[in-house]
Amino acid sequence: MQGLAERQQDFAKALLDAARATPPGLVGPDGLPSPRRFAVYRNNVVAGLIETLKENYPAVHRIVGDEFFRAMAGQFAITHPPRSPIMLDYGAGFPEFIDGFEPAATVPYLADVARIERAWIEAYHAADAEPLSAADLLAIDQDRLAQVRLALHPSLRVMQSRFPALTIWRMNIAGGEPAYVDLDAGGEDALIIRPGTEVRVHQIPMGAAALVRSLGAGGPVVAAAIAALEVTIHFDLSATLAGLIEAGAFTGWSLERDAEGDPS
Amino acid sequence: MNIPPRAGVGLKPQHYREILETVPDIGFFEVHAENYMGAGGPPHRYLTAIRELYPLSLHGVGLSIGAARPLDRDHLRRLKDLIARYEPGLFSEHLAWSSHGEAFLNDLLPMPYTKETLQRVASHIDEVQETLGRQMLLENPSTYIAFAESTYAEPDFIAEVQRRTGCGLLLDVSNVHVASTNQQWDPFAYVDAYPLGAVQEIHLAGFTPETDEKQRPLLIDTHNRPVDPLVWQLYAYVIGKLGPSPTLIEWDADLPSWGELHAEAMRAEAHMESYAPPQEVRLAGTG
Repeated sequence: MQGLAERQQDFAKALLDAARATPPGLVGPDGLPSPRRFAVYRNNVVAGLIETLKENYPAVHRIVGDEFFRAMAGQFAITHPPRSPIMLDYGAGFPEFIDGFEPAATVPYLADVARIERAWIEAYHAADAEPLSAADLLAIDQDRLAQVRLALHPSLRVMQSRFPALTIWRMNIAGGEPAYVDLDAGGEDALIIRPGTEVRVHQIPMGAAALVRSLGAGGPVVAAAIAALEVTIHFDLSATLAGLIEAGAFTGWSLERDAEGDPS
Repeated sequence: MNIPPRAGVGLKPQHYREILETVPDIGFFEVHAENYMGAGGPPHRYLTAIRELYPLSLHGVGLSIGAARPLDRDHLRRLKDLIARYEPGLFSEHLAWSSHGEAFLNDLLPMPYTKETLQRVASHIDEVQETLGRQMLLENPSTYIAFAESTYAEPDFIAEVQRRTGCGLLLDVSNVHVASTNQQWDPFAYVDAYPLGAVQEIHLAGFTPETDEKQRPLLIDTHNRPVDPLVWQLYAYVIGKLGPSPTLIEWDADLPSWGELHAEAMRAEAHMESYAPPQEVRLAGTG
């Protein structure tokens, strides 16, 4: 007789691989094997994961339709089962999976729409924090502004796309109305953040994503501005910072590395 | 806050606002622990507000107590933190496994009822109760298959786990009905064999009827509809033996309106109210 560990190993393998036979000794009330009964577990696991992905990626679901979504999500579920019992974390790798999913190649913006939805979920469950106001930031000595390091809100995410992915996402969430989109109209970058109760999604100008990444890595404003200017010579630092402050992007500032300033 | 011997319901995000706006009369709410393991955000905000108004019980679905592998210590620590934060009246988990190797299989999987499984489950429950510093309740499973190597009947297995660990029990009456139908057991005999003295909470939920390849009934524990009349009968039998006990309506898919869910809980409460205490208690009251 197999021990418990081997039993569970065979059970788990057969769950995720429909081509495998039902493990021996799993029986119905007559003591005889019952593949149909085992299939209930198989279906529960895969269908449950597909349902979780469907809830977390509603715009992707709407864009490709239910049948396509189920096939794609089912493939993801089998090849990327959860690593954690916290299902609200499940599906972090789904956008990258979509990038490499051959049948979705005709929908080249799909992975970027998925990235917005993933960022939305992460922002929803991120730690709460009070954003700095413009008044808080006015307290900084203006002569030293270039050297200031800004702490990003824990819910903040940026998404860059070479497609109008944000426009497409908006059209495909609840209340959205799908319409013609020119895929060559240029890329869109998005800021996803939850400064209070609700997740907000903002379009941000070119270069802003580079600025935010540099600030997030702990760099001073001047280095972040240079990173943004490398993206586009038209980058407007003060307008972008004002927009980010209004979005609630910052929770603290400092003039020293590793020491956060007290805004009060 | 202790859980009163009344009916409660599983708390769903779709009902957060209505509950806070109308403050309905209900015994308690229960949440799945794993749904509140994010760092922050609206789930914690709402649960904190609702917890201030109602008793709360915490129901884990991810600890994998029946796994051959060791318990996930990080997960246990997260449970401990959640218990410290929300101070639930009861904490329960399942007689099932869901983790294997690196993968979490997101279902409550069945296990053979053998001496080896018994030792494994008992040592895991010991570890849970020691780490959390409190008693946990163990829930009986809904099962679709049996293991040929099992040497214990399910209620005997659970009774032995309870005896060895001192854990409490959560009697899921719907699971008794589902498993008994699927395995062709007598559900009333199951209840008679169950260590009812350790039961501190009851679960009720809806199931989906299907059949297996031999056209035998196969009930799937879907939590997506009202409680079946046969389960209400079995519940009445259990309450007749136990007296009023905290009873939770679990409805996790195809959610009804708040009103319909609340009415289902009131149905359980009506069963408890019609409970006639044993005669000696009445005699003591009149004498």
